[in-house]
Amino acid sequence: MMSRLSTRFASLKRANRAALVTYIMASDPDHETCFEILRGLPAAGADIIELGFPFTDPMADGPSIQKAALRALKAGGSLQQTLELARRFRETNKETPLILMGYANPIEIMGYDAFARAMHASGADGAIVVDLPPEEDAPLRAAFTPHDLSIIRLATPTTDDTRLTKVLDGASGFLYYVSVAGVTGANAATSEAVTAAIARLKRATDLPIAVGFGVREPEAARAIAQVADAVVVGSAFVEEIAAGGKKEAVERVLHKVKLLSEAVRTARSQEGKIP
Amino acid sequence: MDARKNWQDLPDAQGRFGQYGGRFVAETLMPLVLDLERAYRDAQADPAFAATMADFWTHYVGRPSPLYFAERMTEHFGAAKIYFKRDELNHTGAHKINNCLGQILLAIRMGKTRIIAETGAGQHGVATATVCARFGLPCVVFMGATDIERQKPNVFRMKLLGAEVRPVTSGAATLKDAMNEALRDWVTNVHDTFYCIGTAAGPHPYPEMVRDFQSIIGREARAQILEREGRLPDAVMACIGGGSNAIGLFHPFIDDESVRLIGVEAAGRGIDERFEHSAAINGGRPGVLHGNRTYLLQNDDGQILEGHSISAGLDYPGVGPEHSYLHDIGRAQYLSATDNEALAAFQLCASLEGILPALEPSHALARVGDVAKELGKDGLLIMNLCGRGDKDVFTVADALGVTL
Repeated sequence: MMSRLSTRFASLKRANRAALVTYIMASDPDHETCFEILRGLPAAGADIIELGFPFTDPMADGPSIQKAALRALKAGGSLQQTLELARRFRETNKETPLILMGYANPIEIMGYDAFARAMHASGADGAIVVDLPPEEDAPLRAAFTPHDLSIIRLATPTTDDTRLTKVLDGASGFLYYVSVAGVTGANAATSEAVTAAIARLKRATDLPIAVGFGVREPEAARAIAQVADAVVVGSAFVEEIAAGGKKEAVERVLHKVKLLSEAVRTARSQEGKIP
Repeated sequence: MDARKNWQDLPDAQGRFGQYGGRFVAETLMPLVLDLERAYRDAQADPAFAATMADFWTHYVGRPSPLYFAERMTEHFGAAKIYFKRDELNHTGAHKINNCLGQILLAIRMGKTRIIAETGAGQHGVATATVCARFGLPCVVFMGATDIERQKPNVFRMKLLGAEVRPVTSGAATLKDAMNEALRDWVTNVHDTFYCIGTAAGPHPYPEMVRDFQSIIGREARAQILEREGRLPDAVMACIGGGSNAIGLFHPFIDDESVRLIGVEAAGRGIDERFEHSAAINGGRPGVLHGNRTYLLQNDDGQILEGHSISAGLDYPGVGPEHSYLHDIGRAQYLSATDNEALAAFQLCASLEGILPALEPSHALARVGDVAKELGKDGLLIMNLCGRGDKDVFTVADALGVTL
């Protein structure tokens, strides 16, 4: 059986368009508001969902996602709660891939096998663990394999070709290209730089390539959607949640998703490009 | 298996001390830490690097630091002979400069043109700012906004030395957040920047490298005690925050199985479920933070807790990974001392020896009497007096209810 991720990427390829990957932090600003956003994401145009699990010390995140983690923790967020939100989301939607994203320590404490079993039970499809580079993710790989869960690896502007071989060995689902050396929410890379980077990555792997970090507005998303298999947007949504309210936050985030989704969906047809 | 050989061979190629250590960093930083390791191996193999270090240690830092027989302290407890390794007499008043000197020389070798550092109490920040001034490199020190308020004299010292002190307001605005922010800076400025970490923690090769630079303490102490007493000590003692002064003292004694290695953690207001302490080994459990697996103060969800110590230099929720390993295998023993015990030891040392110790080694001093009594009259122990207490007089006055 094909995984949700490969099914989704295959159908997007047939439709000749990139995926919009939307990141939000679990339990931000609270469990129920977060669930309302999650539930609304597919209809608003999210093709793949990244659900962050909070950590006190997110060393690769900029101010927006740092604050989101603190809001989530204050609201009782945890890795357990994140898995519970994933489970509830899966009850409402069977097709949209859901990826967990965060830092190693909450998983270390839960235990890698317990984490993998809980992910499988909740219907999550894979994980990005920012501070588990290939050298350190063997326990996660071993735990994920029996459940067919994806380990999504990161490539960055500092990943040279030798390093890329290491990054790709054991990678699954898709490859997440961090387009700028920096933290989340920082300035975006130029589209020339992204285009060159994707060409290099494509030579090394058949995995779909998602591009993230610094993508906020429809124009930037459109440019990346012309060359990448997926566009990841996070801080822009998290900032809409930070702006306050519950019902209002849900509406603002889903509205923003719609705008970005339209840009991503029409990127290639407008450009008339055949990738 | 010959266990002793094993100790000397650590960390392994993956930067592990048993299950501890490692390289738990974002992918963007992986090429940088691998590059740093190559540069460090290259420097280790170059006699000119060691010669330059030795020259600066002698003429700039003021090494070797004396090994002092604390006669009145010894009489006071009426048991084992107590020696102090006087690393508080170094330039800048603490052991921190031993490591900063090594790292800055490595940064220069690597062609890096900008230095960043984190600091809690400001001692590592001052030491980094000092060597940056000496070698003419720009220096940015990340410091929690809360700590900036608590440690104004050190903030001004760093500024006098030409460093930019960047306040960190994220998280709890203390040392761990300063370290997060330094990592965020490094991930953003990957080409020109060298991150000078202040303790024997962080991703490999930092724990090994900082240990090696700090091991000058133990090498000197070992030679000095052999000369003075004609034998090895029965115990060596040091305070533990991240644990760089302790690992520097311990490491040259690690193969001497008769020598007990004793670390003293900060028990703050007591080691219990309130977590008003900084005793990662005695009151925490293993996890992953700041690039390494080690004992950490954390809750059941793996969220890091803030901890507390009267000593800002010990106020860190983790500990260097080699200490976690030495603890698990039983080669070193980790005791603790509360804020009040450290304060009492501070005063005792001032009145008996005419030395104001920093609040950090005051924690080790607080357990010196117990260990001396345990060893008995024929015993011999060395305690690392790793910093001077001038920086702490305001904190001590405040704790004693004295208005200056």
